[in-house]
Amino acid sequence: FTCRTSVVMSTREADLSPVIPIIQTNPLAWKMRQITSGFVPLNWKYGQNDKEELEYAEYNESEALCRALEHIRMVKEKGSVEERHLRTVEDIAWKSGLAPEDIDTLLDVVLSGPFAEAVKNRMLKCLIPATLIPESAVVRAFSRLCASNCSNNTKVLFCRWLIAMFDFIDGKEDMNSLYGFFFSFLQEETMVMSDTFLPALLFLVKPFRVRKLLELQSKVGMQPYLQALLSLYKSFCPNLITISLPPKRKFYFKTTDSIWQAAVYIVKERNHKSLLPSVKLTIGTAYSHPRKKKWNSGCIIPVPTSSHISKEEQDKEGGSSSLDVMLSGHKSFPLEQLHTFSQLLDNIQNIELPSQMCSVLKSAPLLHYLNCIQDETVWLRLYYWMSQELKEGCTWCKVSNYTSEEEFRKFLDIIISAQCFLQEGFPSSEAFLYKSLPLWDGVSCRAEYLQLLSWIPLGNFSEIKPLLCDSLTQLFFTSSIYHKCSVLYSLKQLLQNWLLWHAMEVSVKPTDTPMIALNSVSELISYVGWLSTIALRLESNSSFLLHFILDFFETVSDMYLNYNLPLVMMFPRGVFYPALLTSDTIALNHLCYIMYRYRVNLTAAKENELIRQERLKFNKTYQEFNEYVTALVDCLWTSTSFEKDHYLYIDPQILEKTKIREYKRSLNLINHPALLPYSIYFLLQVKGYWSGFNHFLLQIILQTRKLRQTG
Amino acid sequence: MDSSNVPEFTPKHGVPPRLRDYFTGASPFQRQLASVRKQTPFGQTPSRRKIPQCSPLQENIDPQKIAFLLHKQWTLYTLTPMYGFSYTNLKQYSTLLKCFLAAEKQKGLAVEMGEDFNFKVTFSTLSGIKGTHRDPAAFLVQIVSKSQLSSKNTEDKVVWTGWFCSVHGDSLLENVPDDFTCLPLFLANGAESNTALIGTWFQKTFDCRFTRLTISAFSLSWMAAMWTSCNLEHYGTATELLWSVPCSPQSLDISYAINPEDAKALWDSVHQTPEEITQEEVDLFIDCLCSHFHRHFRINLSATRLVCVSTSVASAHTDGKIKILCSKYLIGVLAFLTELAIFQIE
Repeated sequence: FTCRTSVVMSTREADLSPVIPIIQTNPLAWKMRQITSGFVPLNWKYGQNDKEELEYAEYNESEALCRALEHIRMVKEKGSVEERHLRTVEDIAWKSGLAPEDIDTLLDVVLSGPFAEAVKNRMLKCLIPATLIPESAVVRAFSRLCASNCSNNTKVLFCRWLIAMFDFIDGKEDMNSLYGFFFSFLQEETMVMSDTFLPALLFLVKPFRVRKLLELQSKVGMQPYLQALLSLYKSFCPNLITISLPPKRKFYFKTTDSIWQAAVYIVKERNHKSLLPSVKLTIGTAYSHPRKKKWNSGCIIPVPTSSHISKEEQDKEGGSSSLDVMLSGHKSFPLEQLHTFSQLLDNIQNIELPSQMCSVLKSAPLLHYLNCIQDETVWLRLYYWMSQELKEGCTWCKVSNYTSEEEFRKFLDIIISAQCFLQEGFPSSEAFLYKSLPLWDGVSCRAEYLQLLSWIPLGNFSEIKPLLCDSLTQLFFTSSIYHKCSVLYSLKQLLQNWLLWHAMEVSVKPTDTPMIALNSVSELISYVGWLSTIALRLESNSSFLLHFILDFFETVSDMYLNYNLPLVMMFPRGVFYPALLTSDTIALNHLCYIMYRYRVNLTAAKENELIRQERLKFNKTYQEFNEYVTALVDCLWTSTSFEKDHYLYIDPQILEKTKIREYKRSLNLINHPALLPYSIYFLLQVKGYWSGFNHFLLQIILQTRKLRQTG
Repeated sequence: MDSSNVPEFTPKHGVPPRLRDYFTGASPFQRQLASVRKQTPFGQTPSRRKIPQCSPLQENIDPQKIAFLLHKQWTLYTLTPMYGFSYTNLKQYSTLLKCFLAAEKQKGLAVEMGEDFNFKVTFSTLSGIKGTHRDPAAFLVQIVSKSQLSSKNTEDKVVWTGWFCSVHGDSLLENVPDDFTCLPLFLANGAESNTALIGTWFQKTFDCRFTRLTISAFSLSWMAAMWTSCNLEHYGTATELLWSVPCSPQSLDISYAINPEDAKALWDSVHQTPEEITQEEVDLFIDCLCSHFHRHFRINLSATRLVCVSTSVASAHTDGKIKILCSKYLIGVLAFLTELAIFQIE
């Protein structure tokens, strides 16, 4: 019963309170004070009418605990501790945990009292916090541990407890100063043999400690925990020590001790999350290659590591400056330990760039960091590395055969995601694109490779054109329809990226409109227009292709309003008419939407000063738009498109030959083949109302349409 | 802490500089990209080159060191500019590299900086190995195993040697800020496993990248012509060209050896412009050799691939191995290799 109530209590409290729930602290603390000052509480129930039963259980438990602790505290000689009280403490501890004050008391008693070792160990094992462990308790316990002659077993158990519960200690500043004591335990053989010590949690690397550890290493040989500790030392202080770990082993430290595993889990659950950010140290194995590869083969991205040679040392004349560096108190945050954005924020002044710049590609916090530093060398380092890596890894350039297509694809993926993250392309991937495009077969790594295309920085298109378009055009026309669509898709992404960059530029410096952006964008659009016109003919107006083309021009139609670019460009006739005369519903729909967006943009652009100044240039756009609108209305609305002096004028004699009856009206809103699905859709919707009539009607519509079209 | 340790950090500025800002300003980066854009896809090397000359700077070189570089087979690598390398720290680098090697060799055992081992690593500069004064100084790295016997008579044995150099590497140099050291050519002699370890250390420490430098048949024909044109008092070895016939299961090699004086005579008849060699001359020289061969053996060498060229000046293999035989033209050979290396980097 007690167990259930306390759980009810704790979960309820946890649910209600936005702050960390502290369960039994207050009554117990009060009680403890009373006991120490000689008072004995008379009536626990007094003053608490509501929640009476619950409180009773609660007090009952704390009373029992209080009595037990009192008893244990009073024990003067070995062996006289009552099993009953010991069990009470254990029960309560394992059920609901101990309040900070209780832990303090118990720790104190355990390490100073005259108990048998088995009893001490039992009591140590039940030091499970309900919420937090006060730092002062740990510090006091330490002093007890050093003063009294505890057995090594007890010391080991205490250390294990400390490590398991490290996250629950409410402060760590004073703990850090105890590091030396921790370290001194190392020298005791038995401590070492139990592989659980982890003083590295409280890091403070000093040269003399390194030497101690190395001495130890020569004594005990390669022990995983020692290797792990030394490699942590290396990451914090690479100028004192070096080690290379065998790549196979992964786990060096036990994460949580099995004795307390469940208890820790429950406490964490109760606290909802770990109260203080848990310190997780990671140990970098030499290189995490999937399989054995040559040391300089392509597409390997190392993990971020701090530079081995710090700036101070660079300035000095070599020699034994390492000690001075340590003493000078310069602390930099080791990159091996940087995993989260909040860590980055906390240590942003102490972060040094990694020794190999390429390692930033895999680390999101470091990419954030790059985004806000001003250092040209960073990009240059990345540039050199990446251009070599791309050239080496590229499977179709065949510089070397170390990388498979799969590996290269993954590598490209990493680069692309970094580019997306930074919202700009790397110059090395741009250069690689220009160099490798003529050799590309159009198949290998298509999806990834074409994405590089969309991150070409906004520059002078006339410069880019000879490098890019010649090969791209050849590939485009000779490849499958799917290839064409993916190229168009990438070009759309490219256009969007350029427009976004331009929009950002304008928002920073609103006064000047860069003419380069204007020219490049308009050249890109006319290039795509030209590609699209020919592609539609090659693929006999495939509606699949048409979708990608119209997608591109949807972006184009909205340039003025969406991206603030004083430019409205119409699509070529080769795109407009196939989309108008299509039998595909969605294409016609899409076309009408684009025409609508053009209208909105053009109307808004009339107000623009720049466009007004260069009216002559823009008049052409307005004329083109008017032509398209007229054609659209002629065709869909007035059914006059085939008449003389209209845009779709065809010699009537030729039209007669097609044997289409009433060809004049065959493309209007009622009869347009692309709109047939709408009629059917309408009928299916009203099916419920005129069920019999409806089927009949459908037949008629289909019949008449067929007749009209085939003649 | 010293603020100079942290890259300049500008939270106050509204907009951090974007990558492309470095490419639009008049920075080295911009020139870099301009050169990228100018380059045509893979290929196009200069169609005329100077005949290798004796460099005046070469006289500074310690003849003993030169002798050490000759008559050894070197495996060629290209190296991107090294970041943060400093000639004043060579001593420290040797300590660091030594400890790194020790740690790698006994995987899992930690090594304290400055510990003593049964080998040592030395860094030393090779002054004089440069084309112009602007070229950074070349330097040599050696692994020397200490003899077990402590007697002073037994000499230490050099286990591995590698050297970094740049001869007429100006084209790379002008695009790179001062933080970088451009030594695009790296030559190694010794066990590949050692090269791998040392290369890894350099890559980690100076954020550079090693790539094997292979020599195309096209460049080999240039080498054949350039080295034949060199004036030597006496010729050590015959001029030999190796052609590979691609056939399965094993490729067939055709060796074509010529008396060096004859080769020189042929070259002199082909060669016209003084002090310069043109692409046409190189093609003509090789064509003459091939047609001579065809006349005698009815084998058309132009259908095969040139894989190896050896002359009295140097010998080079297509897979990126070179042996330099003549000290007089050391700089000339290195200049061409540097050019190839830079071409591969850019």
